[in-house]
Amino acid sequence: MARNGVASWRRRSSDQSDDPSPCGSEDVHVLAVDDSLVDRKVIEHLLKISSCKVTAVDSGIRALQFLGLDEEKAAGDFNGLKVDLIITDYCMPGMTGYELLKKIKESSALREIPVVIMSSENVLARIDRCLEEGAEDFIVKPVKLSDVKRLRDFMTRDVGDRVRSDGEGTTHKRKLQESSDVSSSSPSVSSASSSSSSSSSLPTTPSRSPSPSPSVSLSEPSSPSPSTGSSGPCSPSSLESPTRRLKMTSCCD
Amino acid sequence: MLGWGVDFLRAEMNRLLALLFHQGVLDEQFLQLQQLQDESSPNFVSEVITIYFSESEKLLRNLRMLLMDRELSDYKKMEIHLNQMMGSSSSIGAKRVRNVCVAFRAASEQSNHAGCLRALELLEHEYCYLKNKLHELFQIEQQRALASGVRYPAQHD
Repeated sequence: MARNGVASWRRRSSDQSDDPSPCGSEDVHVLAVDDSLVDRKVIEHLLKISSCKVTAVDSGIRALQFLGLDEEKAAGDFNGLKVDLIITDYCMPGMTGYELLKKIKESSALREIPVVIMSSENVLARIDRCLEEGAEDFIVKPVKLSDVKRLRDFMTRDVGDRVRSDGEGTTHKRKLQESSDVSSSSPSVSSASSSSSSSSSLPTTPSRSPSPSPSVSLSEPSSPSPSTGSSGPCSPSSLESPTRRLKMTSCCD
Repeated sequence: MLGWGVDFLRAEMNRLLALLFHQGVLDEQFLQLQQLQDESSPNFVSEVITIYFSESEKLLRNLRMLLMDRELSDYKKMEIHLNQMMGSSSSIGAKRVRNVCVAFRAASEQSNHAGCLRALELLEHEYCYLKNKLHELFQIEQQRALASGVRYPAQHD
């Protein structure tokens, strides 16, 4: 299960022994936001099994409160526990995951925190919108252990990048926005973008099997250009395939 | 150790699971949940499912109440409930329930009151079936745990 992942994660984190960030130490702290109690329980467990500390809240407003960014408190009034990743459901009453994403990216204190969106609906427009707004990833529910493992692997690498670039953060953060075309079922996509990855290759068949590490796209040289919309070689029809997760790749130039 | 009892019960459980898979009542997400269960959280699946049951019954009650008022059926609210039920059903692998929610939502989007009523009845039926079968599954599992004795530690550290 996730036990293998723990070993490799620790190996990587030892490279950053001087790293003061939480990823250099034991646990990644994830803030999970979902109005569904069932989903909260599942995602919480998935994260715990993957050696993450979890705080689960039931709304965007509570998430912002936890992050120290609500109207009552001054921004920067942190509760002390640094959050390394925010994973949020898209469809929530009140503040949607998209609105939460926007608020986080608008905040100078919080915009560095990677945000992942989950949704039970596989809607390209929605995915595009989220990625354009700065979401690191978009996971189609139901969330599986392989998704969480992938996120955690990405987190470790991500924090490493962040540390090495002296906290600038912007370089890697917008990498995924190079392309808004998402497909893990197109072979051409996989060959184009797996060049700089040393981890698992992209699946070429639409399946529910573990999806590739996001490091494939993250390690692409970044140009902080905004998303160009749904253009590129990835055909829309590939999205109708039962791919659970739409993979961000830099398939369009 | 009551070896024969454990094997028999395991076979019973597998048979029931296979049936539920075959019928499309459950999908592989249910297996994923089972894989998340281990010594440190030996009751994970039943805890999640218990929450699912209580949440779903609330949603079903709300849906029925919304549909009782023919004049002012609040379709938007129905869709919110349906989205919730769809989401949680897919999270536990309740495929058939989820699919009925999808059809229900389509009827709601068309403000089709009769269609919604039919869908609700079907949804209640599918949910009941699922609940009964899952209870059966848990009963077999409990018996198996008892029969195997040392299978689960009495306490975990």
